Amino acid sequence: MANSTIAAGDTPIVTRRRKVVSRRRRRVQDALVAYSFIAPNFLGFAVFTLGPILFAFVLAFMHWDGSNAMTFAGLDNFWRLFEDKAFIAAFWNTIIYTVVSVPATLACALGLAILLNQKILGRDFFRTAMFFPYVASLVAVAVVWNMIFNPEMGPVNMLLYTLGLDPKDMPGWAADRHWAMVTVILFGVWKSMGYFMVIYLAGLQGINSELYEAADLDGANAWQKFLYVTVPQLGPTTFFVTVMLTIQSFKVFDQIYMITQGGPGTSTLVLVYHIYNEAFVSWDLGYSSMIALVLFFLVLGITVIQFRRQKED
Amino acid sequence: MASISLKKLNKTYGALTVVHDIDLEIADKEFIILVGPSGCGKSTTLRMIAGLEEISGGELIIGGDVVNDVPSKDRDIAMVFQNYALYPHMTVYKNMAFGLQLRKASREVIDQKVQEAAKILDITHLLNRKPKALSGGQRQRVALGRAMVRNPEVFLLDEPLSNLDAKLRGTMRAEITKLHKRLNSTFIYVTHDQIEAMTMADRIVVMADGHIQQVDTPQNLYDRPINMFVAGFIGAPQMNMLPSKIEKRGEGYVAVFDGRVLPIPASFDKARIAPYEGKEVIVGIRPENFHELAPGDINPDNIAPFDAVVDLAEPMGSEIHLNITAGNKAMTVRVSPRFKAKTGETAKLVVDTTNMQLFDKETERSILY
Repeated sequence: MANSTIAAGDTPIVTRRRKVVSRRRRRVQDALVAYSFIAPNFLGFAVFTLGPILFAFVLAFMHWDGSNAMTFAGLDNFWRLFEDKAFIAAFWNTIIYTVVSVPATLACALGLAILLNQKILGRDFFRTAMFFPYVASLVAVAVVWNMIFNPEMGPVNMLLYTLGLDPKDMPGWAADRHWAMVTVILFGVWKSMGYFMVIYLAGLQGINSELYEAADLDGANAWQKFLYVTVPQLGPTTFFVTVMLTIQSFKVFDQIYMITQGGPGTSTLVLVYHIYNEAFVSWDLGYSSMIALVLFFLVLGITVIQFRRQKED
Repeated sequence: MASISLKKLNKTYGALTVVHDIDLEIADKEFIILVGPSGCGKSTTLRMIAGLEEISGGELIIGGDVVNDVPSKDRDIAMVFQNYALYPHMTVYKNMAFGLQLRKASREVIDQKVQEAAKILDITHLLNRKPKALSGGQRQRVALGRAMVRNPEVFLLDEPLSNLDAKLRGTMRAEITKLHKRLNSTFIYVTHDQIEAMTMADRIVVMADGHIQQVDTPQNLYDRPINMFVAGFIGAPQMNMLPSKIEKRGEGYVAVFDGRVLPIPASFDKARIAPYEGKEVIVGIRPENFHELAPGDINPDNIAPFDAVVDLAEPMGSEIHLNITAGNKAMTVRVSPRFKAKTGETAKLVVDTTNMQLFDKETERSILY
């Protein structure tokens, strides 16, 4: 020990500095190699995502129809939000859609995952079947959905009829302003529950089976084991699923476009659909960017709150 | 009363039988240890007693009742798992209280029992921590505490010390033994460590390949192993197994190993040895029955010279473990720390055959018992 200390002290200062320099150079080289790997993907991201996002931020404070010259609008677009009845409807519809569809999808995904984590006959088939809506073409699936929920001759209403429901009280589904939101929510839940089921399945399989055995010996029944072992152990999974679902719900567009086009009236108009209308139907790109900005801060705010709460736990 | 009977207990997975017709009587308040190498069926047997594995055949009787189809929670047992299986999201207090809460005990009763167990195990200061913030030894205590609060008739412990370091394992061994005396209940303990088995058990069950090999007190297992497996499994370093030939000398018998004559003590049952006269048997001699040669040591009844080449000397401080070779057979012997041995040289040793074992070469069973 003592010897080696002296030896280190004897090293000439010049050589030591050279060593430091070469180490720094090597670190720079390593970093360059790493950046060169990231570069192709980042270029794509910059051109097609980051650039348009930044452009939208600017556009939110402009008047622009896409062909004539852009003019500065100041906060005009922002004040317009409060007078735009369609925006207010879209805002609340988006909130309702999220508040209902997130817990519903979560519950369905978890329920399916628990069922399909048991050793049941045809388990792999059912797992695939449940995942299928997620990968199936949305256009095709929406067409089928429209047929199934057709108010006059769809099998759902046929079934309700045979169950004794009066045709007068029959839900009109997508064509009925009271039922349209229910229809798109049902569709959303059905479409994405398979994907989140897979995530929950992975979470379930990560739970140490000894915990269930310990709970067995402690006298827990199936429900208590679910409550005191499964749910807490799935905490991180549930957090992930909730964040992803919330973001996804705020961005809901395609199924509305396919099934209701925001109607009847404004009963299923949501923010992204409104953005689409303003931008590509009315060609008011400045105002639609302002709505996009509102959506951005909404999603950001909720994600930050969720992350904070997760940390507290 | 919590005597336990296993009657022809079987466990099969499809065509594979992992536990074969286990018969075992465990007395009330006994500390019994199932020991054997990995895959011998000891853990499976314990898990069948716990109700965590279905019983494929035979009967399990606890306190006079057949409990084959009684769920775990109604068997009045508690279990300590190898990896502790503490609920990670609950504090130590809640971990211990959970079983009582599910059984709808009052808050005062729960608190009293948890505090009492925590005091015995010296974990009172840890009650508000989560398992993540505990060391292995502390988690072990919590797992014991969780088992204790319910005052079960039977404690099942599945390799509870295998995740601890050697020093802590030694301390916990003593503590679990004390705990058994204090709690006054039946303990069934599974381990692959024969030292744990020897130091803690009232009786040891040695298992191999899903069969019980021998059930006896630790000392009897050590002194009178029923077959070569038990003889080799119990005791460290292992018993030396010497292929020898039985010959008659005057009134008595001797075993001849590589030209060395090993006297068979006159106290052994001659009727059992006689059929093996002129035949090959396996002589078992424990490492501590070899000594350095001192003048006047030789005794034709039970002490014979035993020269062997030293391969390696391992000083343990209190003794030396010598790896020696005699008649192409590698052996380990224990000698005093003052023994001067050089690698490659011939050591002049004597062997004391008073406690020698004789095994049938074919069946590997003891000739003597």
